[in-house]
Amino acid sequence: MPENTVKMKKNDAATAAEEPTAVGPTVAEAGPAPEKPRSLGADAWADLIRRPLFLISAVLIVFLLVMAAFPSLFSSTDPTAGDLSNHFLDKPKLGSLFQPDWFGYDAQGRSIYSRVVYGARVSIMVGVGVTLLTTVFGGLLGMLAGYFGGFWDTALSRITDVFFGIPFILGAMVVLNAFTDRTVWTVIGALAFLGWTTIARVMRGAVITAKHADYVVAAKALGAGTGRILRKHVLPNAIAPVIVVATIQLGVVIVAESTLSYLGLGLGTNDVSWGADISDAVKSIRNAPHILFFPAGMLSLTVLAFIMLGDAVREALDPKLR
Amino acid sequence: MGRYVARRLLQMIPVFLGTTILIFLMVNVLPGDPVAALWGDKPPDPAQMAKIKHDLGLDLPLWQQYLHYLGNLAHGEFGVTIAGSRPVIDEMAAAFPVTIRLALMAFTFEMVVGICLGVIAGIRRGKLIDTSVTIFTLLVISVPVFVLGLLGQQVIGTQLGWVTPNVQDSMNVGQLLLPAIVLGSLSLAYVARLTRTSIAENARADYIRTAVAKGLPQTRVVRMHLLRNSLIPVVTYLGTDIGALMAGAVVTEGIFNVQGVGNLLYEALARREGAVIVGIVTVFVLIYLVANLVVDLLYAVLDPRIRYA
Amino acid sequence: MTLLDKTDSVPSPRGAGDDGTPLLEVRDLHVEFHTRDGVAKAVNGVNYTVDAGETLAVLGESGSGKSVTAQAIMGILDMPPGKISKGEILFRGQDMLKMSGEERRKMRGAKMAMIFQDALSSLNPVLSVGYQLGEMFRVHQGMSKKEAKAKAIELMDRVRIPAAAARVGDYPHQFSGGMRQRIMIAMALALEPDLIIADEPTTALDVTVQAQVMDLLAELQREFNMGLILITHDLGVVADVADKIAVMYAGRIVETAPVRELYKRPAHPYTKGLLESIPRLDQKGQELYAIKGLPPNLTRIPTGCAFNPRCAQAQDVCRTDVPPLLQVTERDGGELAGRGSACHFWKETIHG
Repeated sequence: MPENTVKMKKNDAATAAEEPTAVGPTVAEAGPAPEKPRSLGADAWADLIRRPLFLISAVLIVFLLVMAAFPSLFSSTDPTAGDLSNHFLDKPKLGSLFQPDWFGYDAQGRSIYSRVVYGARVSIMVGVGVTLLTTVFGGLLGMLAGYFGGFWDTALSRITDVFFGIPFILGAMVVLNAFTDRTVWTVIGALAFLGWTTIARVMRGAVITAKHADYVVAAKALGAGTGRILRKHVLPNAIAPVIVVATIQLGVVIVAESTLSYLGLGLGTNDVSWGADISDAVKSIRNAPHILFFPAGMLSLTVLAFIMLGDAVREALDPKLR
Repeated sequence: MGRYVARRLLQMIPVFLGTTILIFLMVNVLPGDPVAALWGDKPPDPAQMAKIKHDLGLDLPLWQQYLHYLGNLAHGEFGVTIAGSRPVIDEMAAAFPVTIRLALMAFTFEMVVGICLGVIAGIRRGKLIDTSVTIFTLLVISVPVFVLGLLGQQVIGTQLGWVTPNVQDSMNVGQLLLPAIVLGSLSLAYVARLTRTSIAENARADYIRTAVAKGLPQTRVVRMHLLRNSLIPVVTYLGTDIGALMAGAVVTEGIFNVQGVGNLLYEALARREGAVIVGIVTVFVLIYLVANLVVDLLYAVLDPRIRYA
Repeated sequence: MTLLDKTDSVPSPRGAGDDGTPLLEVRDLHVEFHTRDGVAKAVNGVNYTVDAGETLAVLGESGSGKSVTAQAIMGILDMPPGKISKGEILFRGQDMLKMSGEERRKMRGAKMAMIFQDALSSLNPVLSVGYQLGEMFRVHQGMSKKEAKAKAIELMDRVRIPAAAARVGDYPHQFSGGMRQRIMIAMALALEPDLIIADEPTTALDVTVQAQVMDLLAELQREFNMGLILITHDLGVVADVADKIAVMYAGRIVETAPVRELYKRPAHPYTKGLLESIPRLDQKGQELYAIKGLPPNLTRIPTGCAFNPRCAQAQDVCRTDVPPLLQVTERDGGELAGRGSACHFWKETIHG
């Protein structure tokens, strides 16, 4: 029974009042007589599929994920192996698709194409890793603080206030500077350490709004335990803004990692990172702009894909923007 | 209103303390010995190391170091650089005006252009101009600041020769133009998007319907009713924007060779100058907190619901 | 079968226009919305008239088209996706649908005004109440800020907001619900319009406040001799204030009657159902009655009479033929002024 109430409420959230005073689509939606009202999730999915923004970004992201997970599928060359004598700053051969010389060679004789492919792994790992950590950790804390209020809420608010006092990349610079041997996990850790507060705040706000809803009060009156209420009533309704922020944060994290690598504060020299490549490219930019162009282009494309996804998800999940 | 202001001011204090502790810990607790690094690859002389450490107060327990740091902070005393024994405060004082000028230019640019784009896109939602602005902002957000800076320097500076690729005189407004545009571009995109969303949302609000039902002309509805409400979230965003500008300054100043605080910080990071790092970051944080405070107060002025809550 | 569309057959105790032209006449109005899920036919051939000093109550559930009609009259419909596909809206004999946008804008607020349901969201939260009231005078009559403010205070006094001069600079959220609604009323009659449309003015208020607001509205209507269209779904509110009632369902008018007549002897199964749904003290202990089913999806209105899926007396003809608004008469054929019913079996419904 509570499930049905939740589903009806989710649909009503779109019409916003029992008496639609707005004209337009709400009039049509007021009479769902024979059909079962769709849940917000199903509604959002149906909406997403129709958007070109979503489809393009989804295809791109799947492609990137595959490339990150199985780089050997795309490039058989070792990205760290440089052949200085033969391939110093070779120009790209745009005709040789998927060949080592497709994007040319860098100042150390390494195949740029190969480096671009392997660089995806780092960016995706950092992006996904940080986002997962911040969403789970930040989301959990935010949910508990928002739902239970009182001391937990005050404590969390003060802590997040402190973290918010430090601008993201600035803090990352300071933290990462202290480590001399940096691995992917160091970077993930540092960025997650500074980034969890954003998700925590968003989740807290969403949970506070959700917990005041009538269906939560009704569920409590029916004797539902806290765990059940959180799982089945509060969380599904609070999750929407969190998903939007998390998706966009993924893009932001990838930008952050590349910026840090560019500044030399990211990964070590043995790891392949687009940001570091761009930094190296600066020296030879006059006569060999291709070294800058390909990693920069790939980086921008990746971030674009995630931001587009975030946009599409936000528009699909926001009933007001229908 | 007075109570709101007092409350916010009081809130700032524990946050400031907490943040400075965090920074202090981040810089000092982590591995890596900056004094040893002074010797480069050669093995350090233990006696000299001990003396330097003592002079810089680095051999005291951490909490004492922190209190010293706080006390000095109140006097504007940030210590001296390890490398050249120059007062940190002097280095910062020389560099800050440059960065402030750069940031102000970037800020003006992003506000004016960003809001205009956002308003046009929001009002003509769904039409060509809206789609163009959306695509444009998406692209700008996706390309990291350093890429934009490098590209800008290459294309506009070197290839097209419209501006000098490297800044010679860091206070010259003309030379700072390109770096300012690069610095402000990311924020511009966010401001435009935020304005656009806010306008689109508010355009469907009940009170707009009332304004139209009152027979008010379109221009008045947009100016007095729509904009007044829609720009409020944009103003609040500007607080966090300062943080983005500060981080961006580190990168942008490096690319264009602007002798500002960002550049100073970058070099301090490279040379592990703990005092400089802590000094600059502390001042940044202070500015950031004050900016957020001002924005919160501004928000209360603009939205009476907050004022009289 | 006579069709009902003339004003003179409706008793207007407070007098019609000087030459018999009604203040407002809606003729065969059709409004549709082109949505992703299809074309929603929100208004399907609505006819009604209002005279100066007269109150027409438009009754119906969500989706009946009552608000859409009102917004079409005011000219504030969202034009894509909305579209007025047919019909005329005559104000003092002039078809407003043929006027330019600018002409209609000048009439809004000055000649006809609207009061909305939720005063909190319908008032601009960041502008003071005095400013929003004064705006009417500054825009339509070119008054100065000072003059407009003085008029605003006068208006607030007129709708009995205590300490008006002190509160003119306050913001909407600082007032109670009832007072906000009075401010909306004040805004609507600032320029003494000829016609006021009140869209569910009391739905968001407590019962006691409802009565006060309705009293105020009636009093002001008498004073300025305005025509009033009262849109509501609350039968209780209507009884005191209205002269005649039009009941709407699925975008059409299914019954019209003078107010007392409707309550005494409804001539349409839907109206009957609505009246029977009102809980009464003498029914204590029995199950509450409700009309079965839900209003139709406006993109897929049933064929024939739109009410047929929910009507207990539905016959085959109801599923095929759309009943026009037929003149309702006494058992012996004697005329009943102002009564119409869109039901094939109105005789059985009213006379049993």
